[in-house]
Amino acid sequence: MSRIDVRKTYKLYIGGQFPRSESGRSFVVNDAKGRLLANAAQASRKDARDAVVAARAAFGGWSGRTAYNRAQVVYRIAEVLEGRREQFEAELRAAEGITPARARSYVDAAIDRLVWYAGWADKITQVVGNANPVAGPYFNLSTPEPSGVIAVVAPRGPLLGLVSVVAPLIVTGNTVVVIASQDNPLTAITLGEVMATSDLPGGVVNVLTGSQSEIAPWLASHMDVNGIDLTGVEDAELATELEVAAADNLKRVRRPAPDTDWLAEPGLDRMTQFLETKTVWHPIGV
Amino acid sequence: MTPTASSTASSTSSHAVFDDVVRSDSSLRRFLHGLPGVDQVGCEARAAGLATRSIKTTSKAYAIDLAIRMVDLTTLEGQDTHGKVRALASKAMRPDPADPTCPATAAVCVYPDMVATAKQTLGDSGVNVAAVATAFPSGRAAMDIKLADTRDAVEAGADEIDMVIDRGAFLSGRYLDVFEEIAQVREACGDAHLKVIFETGELQTYDNVRRASWLAMMAGGHFIKTSTGKVQPAATLPVTLIMLEAVRDFREQTGQMVGVKPAGGIKTTKDAIKYLVMVNEICGDDWLDPDWFRFGASTLLNDLLMQRTKMTTGRYSGPDYFTLD
Amino acid sequence: MFEYAPAPESRAIVDIKPSYGLFINGEFVDGNGTSFKTVNPATEEVLAEVAEASDVDVDEAVKAARRAYTRVWSRMSGAERAKYLYRIARIIQERGRELAVLESIDNGKPIKESRDVDVPIVAAHFFYYAGWADKLKYSGYGETPLGVAGQVIPWNFPLLMLAWKIAPALACGNTVVLKPAETTPLTALLFAEICQQADLPPGVVNIVTGAGDTGRSIVSHPDVDKVAFTGSTEVGKAIARAVAGSDKKVTLELGGKAANIVFDDAPLDQAVEGIVNGIFFNQGHVCCAGSRLLVQESVADEVMSRLKRRMATLRVGDPLDKNTDVGAINSAEQLAKIRELSAIGESEGAERWSAPCDLPANGYWFAPTVFTGVSQAHRIAREEIFGPVLSVLTFRTPSEAVEKANNTPFGLSAGVWTDKGSRILSMANRLRAGVVWANTFNKFDPTSPFGGYKESGYGREGGRHGLEAYLRNTEKGADA
Repeated sequence: MSRIDVRKTYKLYIGGQFPRSESGRSFVVNDAKGRLLANAAQASRKDARDAVVAARAAFGGWSGRTAYNRAQVVYRIAEVLEGRREQFEAELRAAEGITPARARSYVDAAIDRLVWYAGWADKITQVVGNANPVAGPYFNLSTPEPSGVIAVVAPRGPLLGLVSVVAPLIVTGNTVVVIASQDNPLTAITLGEVMATSDLPGGVVNVLTGSQSEIAPWLASHMDVNGIDLTGVEDAELATELEVAAADNLKRVRRPAPDTDWLAEPGLDRMTQFLETKTVWHPIGV
Repeated sequence: MTPTASSTASSTSSHAVFDDVVRSDSSLRRFLHGLPGVDQVGCEARAAGLATRSIKTTSKAYAIDLAIRMVDLTTLEGQDTHGKVRALASKAMRPDPADPTCPATAAVCVYPDMVATAKQTLGDSGVNVAAVATAFPSGRAAMDIKLADTRDAVEAGADEIDMVIDRGAFLSGRYLDVFEEIAQVREACGDAHLKVIFETGELQTYDNVRRASWLAMMAGGHFIKTSTGKVQPAATLPVTLIMLEAVRDFREQTGQMVGVKPAGGIKTTKDAIKYLVMVNEICGDDWLDPDWFRFGASTLLNDLLMQRTKMTTGRYSGPDYFTLD
Repeated sequence: MFEYAPAPESRAIVDIKPSYGLFINGEFVDGNGTSFKTVNPATEEVLAEVAEASDVDVDEAVKAARRAYTRVWSRMSGAERAKYLYRIARIIQERGRELAVLESIDNGKPIKESRDVDVPIVAAHFFYYAGWADKLKYSGYGETPLGVAGQVIPWNFPLLMLAWKIAPALACGNTVVLKPAETTPLTALLFAEICQQADLPPGVVNIVTGAGDTGRSIVSHPDVDKVAFTGSTEVGKAIARAVAGSDKKVTLELGGKAANIVFDDAPLDQAVEGIVNGIFFNQGHVCCAGSRLLVQESVADEVMSRLKRRMATLRVGDPLDKNTDVGAINSAEQLAKIRELSAIGESEGAERWSAPCDLPANGYWFAPTVFTGVSQAHRIAREEIFGPVLSVLTFRTPSEAVEKANNTPFGLSAGVWTDKGSRILSMANRLRAGVVWANTFNKFDPTSPFGGYKESGYGREGGRHGLEAYLRNTEKGADA
């Protein structure tokens, strides 16, 4: 008789912990062929609220770290992901019903994307910052700073898509509450385990699984969220509703991008969209 | 109106309220470096802002006469002669011989060896004689020579002494030496009034100008003065602004008024009016008086006279109509 | 006594017509809407009747802008666009005094500000962005224009805000439909004349006058690709809602409640100047005004006595007098709002002090005012008053200063006054604001990006960063 395996309980990832939904709800996640994979925690608005609190608490420390240090941490996520690549390949194949080669290419790309973004941490300021030659005796410097807490509706790609939207936000010092793909949420939680063991401070990335249309409006209207990335919102009406709600505190909004090619090299704008430009003036005198 | 007549400055050479401050070099240093700093750009912007004030008609006529009354008509040349000083003194008393309503200047300013000549010409006209003493302009002489220089001038009849501070001592941080030097010269002045020249062009920073101002005021100077006229830059609006703020704040703290004299580089009526606007806005009316504000100048007077004539005749005048002395 | 005699700048240089139409497709047209009056806020004299653009007029303007965009402006080389912008800059300099006088008459701001600040920076802004027109490929934002930009500007810096909007838009190859504020339309209409003098192709710049409805019509017009707005946070939010779900790119430059933080080691005389400039410049009608003074307790009394002494020397009155420091409040509505919030300040227990000054009998006036004993909970410490009213709070430590400064939904600007270099840098890092003025305040320059954090809006105007708002990022979703 074969061994009965020990299954994993997929929970949420909030503030560095893995709590169940406070609502006590879960939902069934099937594989590509419709067989049960697991029950995922179905996050509620209160879980979203807790996640924002965790993200806000983490923001000061994370944005205050040196860019070099953030680079090291994001690079560390890539290292740990590389070490667990078989697990992710298996999960992707199960969830999406894709070939081993394809699963491998996604994991490769996700690791490489993390490494790519890690390197940006201490360069983005140099590329988008400016010394401004004002017409007067003033030192004048513009530098980017993270916007704060960013809510993200992740796209379908359960690993590469998720990494591609989260990594650019955290390398620049933002903290994130991400709603994982509704259809393929499990990999996001496994990625949470990777982040939890990669020196990433608790609360920098918070992962919610559940219904996009249920949770996203609470994040969009949350007055302590500074920006919202609607990349994974496929329902145009919902996207508009979320953008309207986001206006309540003038969140920075990134509109949906359903047909993004996640294998292509990203530009800078996933980073710059959630960066503020701070310009400091000082007189030059003796 | 002579400074002696209406001055409220204390008769002692320093102020008791600052006894603790001037007890040692280090306490004096702590005090001077504890004064609020000056931001160069902000200070210059403020001075430039005041310089945009537009003064017209009656205000301008008043300002011109006031400026004439504030002039210390100056000649400080190696080539000075008794004749030259006599001519200058005559002009100080009657700047515009064609117009008896034109006021006299406050003083003539000369080297000590010319004091007697100047005094002789000026008599009891009310125009004072100011003498530059203390090894003017460098101040590089032994203390007893500086004191002798001062006494000499006072004995020859000088009403006012314009001394220079030891910038070397100041810049190397020997503030107490500078303080004591000023205090001793003040002693030597007797009844004559003491103007303390900083040579702000050598002090370089506004922070230094502010510190020198307080140092001189605490040591009993009646006036603080920007420059000798021998070093560039001489008087500037922002330097004078700092000194005006200092005398304003000093009165706030001690109740004592100290005068301010920008000297050198003020050549036009337009310039002079800018200074008066600044006095008005920083210190107020009380300082708009020859007892408390002077211009150290020579060519300025003729421009004031030309503008004065323009105000009364309504047409522009020319230099040929005013005496060159 | 040394009294300054009045020194009024001559009004003869401006020629105000009895009525103005809309500037559409290079010509002044009557429009289909009603009209409204613009008044001189210093005298309440009616200056002119101005057409109120209807939906139809706005549509005409957008069509003209679209035509100009597709047929002329987007096809023209950057170098040629630059020449038009340089021409405009030159004409602004040539007619600088006229623009300044007209601005002061219509807005109420002192001539010394319109003459020495607004107009020179307007010209400089056109010069700066003219130079970018043929260098966009080096900007880092690509070189693809967006199309038609709908721009709505406020009444506090009518011409300057126009320059901030139009110069970068045109440099990047866009065409514009701009609405000046209903109380200050005249310099925008004079600018239209300048566009004619510059032979700018018809339709590249369209000026439609009107009030909120006209603004809404521009913002919601389906053929507008870009919305740029400067004004209140409330309207900014409405615009953000209105464009939701569209492809319109938006930049918003909104309100503020900036902290001006004075430490005990500050250069005090300059700090006092900075406080005065921070809140009384332009009658406090400045979104980035230093309206909350945070002063370290150890030096609070000294700062307040210096500040009051200085405020007593401010000359309030005729905007055209060259010696006026503080001019007229822009409108009766704004004056009512300032009065209301000031009354609330008093009723909430703050102590009110106004500079002694004689206010003219006619016109809209408010004496420079300071409230002490203000706490963070007071409405005058939280709401934008947009007038010459300063709220004073105290703090004890740098951390407390940062906490109080950031404790607001706004984040446009902040000031720091201290002689300690490392503290300046630390404060600058910790303040959540788009512009931090250290040992200075209210400085503006075409090369320097300006814009807010949080509810003060998004996007930057000025500098290289200012180009981003008018260029197409080719990546999907990135242009929200």
